[in-house]
Amino acid sequence: MNDSVNLQLTRRRFIKGVIFSGAAATSGAGAYLAANAQSGNGGAERLISLTINGRTRRVDVPPTETLANTLRYRLNLTGTKIGCNRGECGACTVLIDGVPNYACSVLTHNIKAKDVISIEGVKAADGSLHPIQQAFIAENAPQCGFCTPGQVMSAMALLSNNPRPTKAEAAQAMSGNLCRCGAYEHYLNGVLRASGQIA
Amino acid sequence: MSTHIGFDFTPPDVPGKVTGEIKYAEDYRREGMVFARLLTSPLPSGRVVGIDASEALRMDGVLGIFTADDLPPVAPPGNPALASEYVTYVGQPILAVAAISEEIAESAIEKIRIDFERRPFVVDPIESLSPGGANAYPEGNVLVRTEEEGPEGAPIRGAEIRDVKWPRSAIDALKSGKEPVGGEFTTEWAFGDVDAGFAEAAAIVEEPFVTIGYPHHSLESRTCMAYWENGKCFFHGSSQSQSANDNGLARMLNIDPADLVFINEATGGGFGSKIGPYPFMAISGNFAKVLNRPLQLRITREQEFYIGSARSGMQGWIKMGVKADGKVSAVDLVIVNDGGMTGGGSHNSSAQHVTVAYQPENMRFRGITVYTNTTPRGAQRGPGQNEMAAVLAPIADKAAKAIGMDRVAFRRVNAIDSDGFQGGSQAPVTSAFVREALDQGMRTFGWNEKQALAKQNGSKVRGLGVGIGFHGAGGRGYDGLVRIGTDGKLYIHSGVGNLGTYSYAGTCRAAAEALQMPWDRCEILRGRTDNNLPHSSGQGGSNTIFTHTRTNWVAAQDAITKLKEIAAQDLGGNANDYEIGDERVFASADPSKGLSYAQAAARAIELGGKYSGQEYPDDINPITQRSVQALAGSGLIGVAKDNIPGQGTPPGILVGFCEIELDKDTGKVEILDYTAVADCGTVVHPKNFDNAMRGGAVWGFGMAGLERHVYDPQNGLPANTGIYQSKPPTYLDVNVNTKMGAVNIPDPQNPTGGRGIGEPTQGAAAAAYASAISDALDGHLFNTAPTTTDMIINHLAGNDYSTKSLKTNTF
Repeated sequence: MNDSVNLQLTRRRFIKGVIFSGAAATSGAGAYLAANAQSGNGGAERLISLTINGRTRRVDVPPTETLANTLRYRLNLTGTKIGCNRGECGACTVLIDGVPNYACSVLTHNIKAKDVISIEGVKAADGSLHPIQQAFIAENAPQCGFCTPGQVMSAMALLSNNPRPTKAEAAQAMSGNLCRCGAYEHYLNGVLRASGQIA
Repeated sequence: MSTHIGFDFTPPDVPGKVTGEIKYAEDYRREGMVFARLLTSPLPSGRVVGIDASEALRMDGVLGIFTADDLPPVAPPGNPALASEYVTYVGQPILAVAAISEEIAESAIEKIRIDFERRPFVVDPIESLSPGGANAYPEGNVLVRTEEEGPEGAPIRGAEIRDVKWPRSAIDALKSGKEPVGGEFTTEWAFGDVDAGFAEAAAIVEEPFVTIGYPHHSLESRTCMAYWENGKCFFHGSSQSQSANDNGLARMLNIDPADLVFINEATGGGFGSKIGPYPFMAISGNFAKVLNRPLQLRITREQEFYIGSARSGMQGWIKMGVKADGKVSAVDLVIVNDGGMTGGGSHNSSAQHVTVAYQPENMRFRGITVYTNTTPRGAQRGPGQNEMAAVLAPIADKAAKAIGMDRVAFRRVNAIDSDGFQGGSQAPVTSAFVREALDQGMRTFGWNEKQALAKQNGSKVRGLGVGIGFHGAGGRGYDGLVRIGTDGKLYIHSGVGNLGTYSYAGTCRAAAEALQMPWDRCEILRGRTDNNLPHSSGQGGSNTIFTHTRTNWVAAQDAITKLKEIAAQDLGGNANDYEIGDERVFASADPSKGLSYAQAAARAIELGGKYSGQEYPDDINPITQRSVQALAGSGLIGVAKDNIPGQGTPPGILVGFCEIELDKDTGKVEILDYTAVADCGTVVHPKNFDNAMRGGAVWGFGMAGLERHVYDPQNGLPANTGIYQSKPPTYLDVNVNTKMGAVNIPDPQNPTGGRGIGEPTQGAAAAAYASAISDALDGHLFNTAPTTTDMIINHLAGNDYSTKSLKTNTF
């Protein structure tokens, strides 16, 4: 039985006949230009002003674009990772007005009046690492490291609200950040180290 | 005295991970880069009758379409990058569309219409083996080895897919926990006299078991980006391995390996699914070549579930006989593997686990892998061994109980030692100290003390468990390459991949140790082919520590020999009159007479020949040869193949002890305590050892309690393609106060003493967890991995729906 009545050509004929069309071969000069010129389903782009890591960034963004996409693909802030792109893993966690958020689940147009801190904004101006970053290094906490930027952001938010969390409190606070490598205990020890509870 | 091995250090890529500065494959961009996306099968099984892409190809920004016909053919059951005539699982890629943006490529895919002819499908191996059962492939359901008589009587060996069916009686027997007499197998071996072994047993246990496969869910969905420049292909790919990819990927791209630059600084998890070049790498590289543009193909989380590989499942039966003194006298084991759409199954590794964990005096094994219309299967952290550990531990507990023996004592009686064996061929191991690990673990965990504690607390009941994990942990024969520069620094070239175990760095410490170099005077070159890397093993199989401490050691020894020879040439005497220390080579009789490493490197360049890489050993791999050629004249080159004598499998073995609390009202299991002790030789990097142990334990708890494939058996559709539904453990699912230790007895076949341990960390935890659940429920055997909350609740309610009949791949 056939599941479609749209049989117009055999696969072989199709392959021989139409792929790599001449029109296609002459089009396009790069992804970024293309993204600006035409959006597949995101609607018209609008120039907006964002506050990212203390800097004002002006960027063209369609109304349906997520903050994760804007950070990574328009602002080249690739430290924010996309693990699932549907709010399940926490790899894309950023701080919005100090609150951890999944950047894959936030529309960029909705944070125009807010302060966003991504992993690139965690280091001090002089380049020195934040205590949580130092502690994660000391605990050798990252394994593959893909979740680490998100873990750093959640740990920062935790410590700003609760400077001396218990291990159980830290686990609860960071439970939205999946680590497939299973380095949880080392991240938690990093939180305790950064909060001065272990040396 | 050791200066590097056994000491903590910070691997050089760790800071980049906490700052987000380190780059993964998808973080790279290239001017003019275009994007490809995949159109995947919505059906579990069918035939592609026709494709209409005319509307898609008329879209502005669409550059082209790639199909299987653009790639070398792959015969079933190989895993083609793009399906040919038949699709055999939901999510199987059929074609790729390239466009100037991902959005346009996605929109174009929506415009493509494909005519399918539906075919029967199957998601349960035993159903496929049953009379009248569907076959996953048109040709059949099992890969069978063939042998024909060729010219002059020489056998021609091959393999083909055939339709294998068992008699109904064998199916019914397996489902009811009995030997499936009359069933056909593709792998069989035995040693000793199994019948005699059972005859002298004081007790015999006989149980069915089922383990369900599940995806790796590496947090980084695999991405590849390729571009061609000056006749070379520059390929950014998410991969566990580095040099080990060179030849296979070059074949995919139909180029000489010398024309490939594979770039992979960091990898967002692999766990076996990214050990070598994976099929869709062929799309990125070849499509980029055809379009003459940099091309990136990243896949979605859901597609990672489909094509990212998964662990095989098992449905099986085991009969174990034990003598009154606790010695396992006989094992009879049958395993039907779920191979998904590809994969040979890992049943032989499962049987190998039995041999290592219990050293049976007599054993028979029979196995068969059956294809199902589920995702491709491949290596996943201790494939075969770890899932066997999970289901075997409670069965072994039952055997111990049958003869009235403590469960740890039972394992101690049967523990492998340095004279022990592994596998059906009863091959030797390099060394093993499992009794020492059990003793250390018992003390640390407080096994005896915890036995005396009250078991019941309201609706909650405590359980204690013990488990053993094993994986072969090392290889031989790879190359090491180091260079002493005229700046006096030691440059260690590593072809080991970086999936987060940091063993690439730990193994480099062996060269620093041998050359007595301060670590801050060493630099590791890795992560891209044009860093001139040696031939290295794939970054998997727990093998890197053993394999590449050895390669770096022999390369350093070669450098030391050359340092001494140069000193003898310049300063008199012979090489044996010299030694090294403090970044110098000097005369033993007069330490003031010598050369600094920097001076020796400059002299090596002047001398040329073998000293600076113009000449090199005949036995090094062509990959290493190319790297040495590129480095020639840049310093003192130390290069050698690992020819360190010895034999046997270096075993990575772990014992785990687990205490749980099971709530009989809810089925919830809380892990109160977990302690593990490794027998992995010398611990090379303690902090990283701890992290590997704990990460493996998390994987073990996931395997034993949470993770599994779920398919709708009516339609063959996967139900848990995302992370949330697949339930990999979170912070709140595991114990975060674990205690990790090591026997720390050096392996005699490694100059640094180390063996690997990455994979058995999972098996031991899974086994100990399963053992603890059985203990909490008075010895009840679920014989499943995972044993999920619904199974526990159903058992407590007297309902065997969740676990009966070896059901797999569904709720």
